[in-house]
Amino acid sequence: MTQTLPTVLTDWFHAQGWQPHRHQLEMLRAPGHALLIAPTGGGKTLAGFLPTLADACTGTMGDGMHTLYVSPLKALTHDIARNLSRPVAELGLKLRIEDRTGDTAAARRARQRVDPPHVLLTTPESLALMLSYPEAPRIFAGLKRVVIDEIHALAESKRGDQLALGLSRLMTLAPGLRMAGLSATVENPAALAQFMGGAEVVLADPGPPPDIAMLPTTATPPWSGAGGAYAARDVLAAIRDARLTLVFINTRAQAEVFFQALWAVNDENLPIGLHHGSLSRDARHKVEAAMAQGALRAVVATGSLDLGLDWGDVDLVIQIGAPKNIKRLVQRIGRANHRFDAPSRARIVPANRFEVLECVAALQAVQAGELDGDGLPPVGGLDVLCQHILTLACAGPFKAETLFHEIRRAGPYAGLSRAQFDDCLDFVATGGYALRAYDRWQRLMERGGQWQLRDPRAARDIRMNIGTIVAPELLSVRRGPRGGAPLGEIEESFAASLSPGDTFLIGGQTVRYDRLRDMVVEVTPQPTREPKIAVFNGLKMATSTELSARVLDLIGDRAAWDTLPAHTAEWLALQAEVATLPTPGTMTCETFLRGGRWYFALYSFAGRNANQTLGLLLTHRMEQAGLAPLGFVATDYALLIWSLEPVRDPAPLLDPDGLRDGMETWLAENAVMKRTFRAVATISGLLQRNLPGQRKSGKQATFSSDILYDTLRKFDPDHLLLRITRQESLRGLADFGRIEEMLRARPHIVHSLPPHVTPFAAPLMLEAGRIPIRGAGSERLLDEEAARMMAEAGLQMDDDRAKTGA
Amino acid sequence: MTAFTFHGHAFTALPSGALHWPAQDALLVADLHLGKSERTARRGGPLLPPYEVQATLTRLTDDLRATGARCLIALGDSFDDDAAQTALPPAAQTLLDQIAARQETLWISGNHDPKSQAVAEITLHGLTLRHIAAPPGPDISGHYHPKLTLAGRRLPAFLVGAQHLILPAYGAYTGGLDAGHPALATLIPDGCAILTGKRTRMVPLPRGSSLHKYPGGRARQRSGGNAPQ
Repeated sequence: MTQTLPTVLTDWFHAQGWQPHRHQLEMLRAPGHALLIAPTGGGKTLAGFLPTLADACTGTMGDGMHTLYVSPLKALTHDIARNLSRPVAELGLKLRIEDRTGDTAAARRARQRVDPPHVLLTTPESLALMLSYPEAPRIFAGLKRVVIDEIHALAESKRGDQLALGLSRLMTLAPGLRMAGLSATVENPAALAQFMGGAEVVLADPGPPPDIAMLPTTATPPWSGAGGAYAARDVLAAIRDARLTLVFINTRAQAEVFFQALWAVNDENLPIGLHHGSLSRDARHKVEAAMAQGALRAVVATGSLDLGLDWGDVDLVIQIGAPKNIKRLVQRIGRANHRFDAPSRARIVPANRFEVLECVAALQAVQAGELDGDGLPPVGGLDVLCQHILTLACAGPFKAETLFHEIRRAGPYAGLSRAQFDDCLDFVATGGYALRAYDRWQRLMERGGQWQLRDPRAARDIRMNIGTIVAPELLSVRRGPRGGAPLGEIEESFAASLSPGDTFLIGGQTVRYDRLRDMVVEVTPQPTREPKIAVFNGLKMATSTELSARVLDLIGDRAAWDTLPAHTAEWLALQAEVATLPTPGTMTCETFLRGGRWYFALYSFAGRNANQTLGLLLTHRMEQAGLAPLGFVATDYALLIWSLEPVRDPAPLLDPDGLRDGMETWLAENAVMKRTFRAVATISGLLQRNLPGQRKSGKQATFSSDILYDTLRKFDPDHLLLRITRQESLRGLADFGRIEEMLRARPHIVHSLPPHVTPFAAPLMLEAGRIPIRGAGSERLLDEEAARMMAEAGLQMDDDRAKTGA
Repeated sequence: MTAFTFHGHAFTALPSGALHWPAQDALLVADLHLGKSERTARRGGPLLPPYEVQATLTRLTDDLRATGARCLIALGDSFDDDAAQTALPPAAQTLLDQIAARQETLWISGNHDPKSQAVAEITLHGLTLRHIAAPPGPDISGHYHPKLTLAGRRLPAFLVGAQHLILPAYGAYTGGLDAGHPALATLIPDGCAILTGKRTRMVPLPRGSSLHKYPGGRARQRSGGNAPQ
């Protein structure tokens, strides 16, 4: 059923002085599912909605919901609603368009269940929630179109798995529906089409190459840190020269700090707004509206606006901090100057000197037309599948056989085996334990060949747990007791590790932890003290290995230093003076002492996964050698391990022979594995999410996922969730074989013993994503801390006299 | 393990969270919460790994064997609710029966298992054993699941004050309350905490307190003992 553009629509296009793009018409004519690959500014959204507008113009809408639009971002749904309202009004169409996200008021959501709009704009999570309602078949029965925006951003994640499963259900509820996927430029469009369960690929013209460069700054970037505050004046000057600027920065905390830094120098009071996911819904909407009305000159934003907002007047994008992969950089640039034929303009501000290197390398990659590869796992997440089965059970009884075939229509689950499906069903129904303990209390029961909830009241909890984003709990940090100035947010796990008196870095200043009260971390600024623990929370993004290799080449090639800003070349020279510059083909490392801890930094430039794996392997050897490792952190370039005893000779640590001996237990007990388990257990429904308002009591509302993990490992080592956890952890790690190969290929170890932190190590000290090691070193720290406290109190220890009482 | 005295009686805190009272030949434990996973499932919640009863009772059997105690005293919340008592998995029930057969066992009732065949409290040599500490004491109790953070690790802990001795939760799936929480700080303004884990470790309470605040401190220093009176 191919469509052509109705005359009314053609006329409207002409009235705007527009001409429909070739790819927009191709999307309209596509008889089945279609995937559009177009650069931002290519009129993607309109292409997705043209068939809907055409139906509305020709009066073939039908009753109930006609089009479902799914985007990864709440902000995007607001924006689309606004953009669609103009043609709809001017064409005089009777089209009800509403959005539905976590922000939508409860009354409105309830009404949408009874009386759905023609066009519903939503997110994957809200779609899953709607599919859990018993009235889902009625709501979606007349659905004709599904538009999936920014599909490239979803396909790589568990959110994508969830969306694909939701789509497979929609195909059952509305067999005639046609899907339109909209994607930015990607390397492998076929993989995305497969994600949709098969679709015709429509390629738009790529448009002119972007104008992208580093922003020259008057001040020198610091050796470490990620805030970019040093460049506030230069950024402000760029904002002044542009019409409308988007300033992107990687984390919320950094956005807050940079926003303040901008206003501190904003003598002309240029209207500059702030937008990130931690802000209240009202605050976000206000900024979005002000931006759409042209009342702002700049917006400082994080990932919450990260994906292709069609805000036409943006003519400059400034990226603070290195974009962690090239694709992300190109997509961000896409934001600027949305006229299809004008090149986008973007400037990068590296936040520290390591990032200067990364930026230069990334620019070279953009010029070379390189995009990072899209690595899709072979089968979608089984934890997501478990959640999906529970979600559908909330809607009503189902037959296992029918559901299995439905799920295999979801792209990521096309290769799902019946055994895998049965495992997941068994897990959600009985727990899937070797000890069949829950015969009486199964979650799902099979009655008359149909699976259903044993206790329908459980639906409420299951619905509250819908979603695949398992973010760490964040606690806000405030100065002093009672309503002091907010300084930022830290992860709950980090807060739990603090004792009163500990100092840490937040928002660029050192503070002392005083107490936790009503979920607020109270601190006192300690301007003169060195932080005991450094933290900057935020997304942990991996640089591609290609980019890492480019950075190493830059460092190794002194002639290429001319392309670097002078301060960065000096920084490299200084590193060469204090320690050693890493060169391709060697293992360059250094050992130094700081704050009573020994640090071992290894510059492998092998990518984060390889370095994370090396971290696990090396800390295992260090533990065996009695060096008492306390933790490590892996970046794309380097691995940093801290311990109570120094690494004096790295050669035996880096010996590829016998590297895996005894690794199995070490791996299983490691924090990397436990972290993965927590996410898997939450998504699959074993752990309930902590919901706001539930945890004020002070007593922990949820079970410790670590204890569940240890218990399962001891009593039920082959349990489904442990299998998923192992698989997923290994995906974040490099193959041991690859590590051994690398160590064999680079037998030349260069080890230096600098007297203090080196220029290269400084950024590592501030990295997020530290992995603690619970070994002999951690026990020694407990002893020392206890002894110190007892001594301060004038007491002596009486521990460990071997009294058994027997 | 850590030996200490409370109101003139010698005790030993074990790394597992059990309290040994050699003079009475008794082992005290609090908050076993047996049947927690069963209760969660019964209420339509997640199906937790059903091994916590086995894990807890195995640990308890080991402690009883190691101390040779002839009497086991459970300080309440031994079961996660009253119904859980009759719904233990067979293997767990066998373990529990074995324990009861070998030792004299005294169950004290808690807020989770109020209707159990247990007594509300009992007084031994001037010390009351009950589920929830009640001023003026002196008493030995559980209920709060105290925890303390030391060197970045949050560990279950015994709290020893002038009038109250509070045990950590012994059960496997139990959360905890920080020792600094007002509910606990009111009961034990000064004293010490004995952290559990791989081994026990003693620290003063509240944090950063000095000698004069510590009720047993002077006595300890003089005698080499450790007697918060």
